[in-house]
Amino acid sequence: MLRRILFGAVAIGLVACAAYAAFYVAPEERTMGAIQRIFYFHAATAWAGETTFFVCFVANLLYIWKRKPHYDWLGVTCAEVGAACITVVLITGPIWAKPVWGIWWTWDARLTSTFVLWILYICYLLLRTLVDEPERRALLSALFGVFAFIDVPIVFGAIRWWRTQHPAPVIMGGPGSGLDPLMKKVFFFNVLAMHVFAAFLIVQRYFLEKAKHDVALLQREAEVR
Amino acid sequence: MALLSNAAVLVGKEVRTEFRSRELLSTTIVFVLIVVVVFSFTFDPTTNESRRFGPGLLWMAFLFAASLMLQPCFLREQVNDTLSALRLAVRDPFAIFLAKIAANTLFLLLTELLMLPVFAALFNASFGAQLPGILLTFLLGSLGISVVGTALAAISAQARMRELLLPLLLLPLLTPILVVSTEVTIRLMQSEPYLEWKGIGLMAAFDAVFLTVLWLFGEYFLEE
Repeated sequence: MLRRILFGAVAIGLVACAAYAAFYVAPEERTMGAIQRIFYFHAATAWAGETTFFVCFVANLLYIWKRKPHYDWLGVTCAEVGAACITVVLITGPIWAKPVWGIWWTWDARLTSTFVLWILYICYLLLRTLVDEPERRALLSALFGVFAFIDVPIVFGAIRWWRTQHPAPVIMGGPGSGLDPLMKKVFFFNVLAMHVFAAFLIVQRYFLEKAKHDVALLQREAEVR
Repeated sequence: MALLSNAAVLVGKEVRTEFRSRELLSTTIVFVLIVVVVFSFTFDPTTNESRRFGPGLLWMAFLFAASLMLQPCFLREQVNDTLSALRLAVRDPFAIFLAKIAANTLFLLLTELLMLPVFAALFNASFGAQLPGILLTFLLGSLGISVVGTALAAISAQARMRELLLPLLLLPLLTPILVVSTEVTIRLMQSEPYLEWKGIGLMAAFDAVFLTVLWLFGEYFLEE
């Protein structure tokens, strides 16, 4: 318990420091001004969400292979935390886009594929509520999770070839792109903070899922007696 | 080899079951017709407009129809628990999927081909010379819809609210097929039509990827 409280304190502290760095340490962007500072939070959360979904995909594969309930708990945990992260991304994105692009939303490759990604994992969570038997629920949702994760890059490719407006990749985007060195430091600190925070949420949610499982077991035992 | 011969026998069974009643095909065709007519009220269906919106509308109708049509392909097996018999009869459960995918693709293609002239007449579209391109697009599109749809029908058949669940799971997964097939069809129906090979390639890739995934994981979808 103490370890989890400590972990939580570190995660929240890191997020607070990252927010401070994004607001006060990072230099002001020349054309966009203060609104650009949301980028540190927006993109870092997106990265954390994508990592979380990747962990979910791995957990799904491991469940199909090994059939250990732990992997199912990890799968649902990551799907929920990932969906929460992407919800934040989908809210902070339009807040930035309105003053910069003049519109809240555009149907470009990255926005659309993020939106579809979000919908797919909402469906994953919905599917889980509609199957009663725990083992069947775990297996069916794991299979759907594999399909969903594989689909997202194809969605991205399909839309990218026909329509696109999101700013070209700033990080690892090829020659001519790039961040100011201080901005880069602040950004990667934000990425670290959001990953640690996501990991904290995953740990909390995982133990909650485990507790749920234990309660269900106890209930079943009590009914038998 | 055994896989293919098993699948061929099962395709025969699927087609025979359907053509005894023809209920699935007739309902689907009427449904597509209704969707096309209802959609035509939402914009002015003159030639220019229909060239721009028509293909998207057509594919939307096919997608909605498929999400309803694919529903019974596993539910039908539950009535007399014939799925267990099928599983015992074939060595590789992927043969069951392969047969159902082939049959569903065939039914979808039939619906699409029957609806194409109706659509052309209603929306004043012409694509006589582009027929081979259209057929290729329809084939790859229907195959993609069937591969993903059959797998998800196996999932939704084991859940509650299955009628609502299948479209919910299927439609977002089919985004790439909808985007690409619509764009390819638009290019085939414009005043200077051409076949966009990039789109055909992407649809073929989508089909291949999900067919491979299903081949790898197919047996788990049908576990008791």
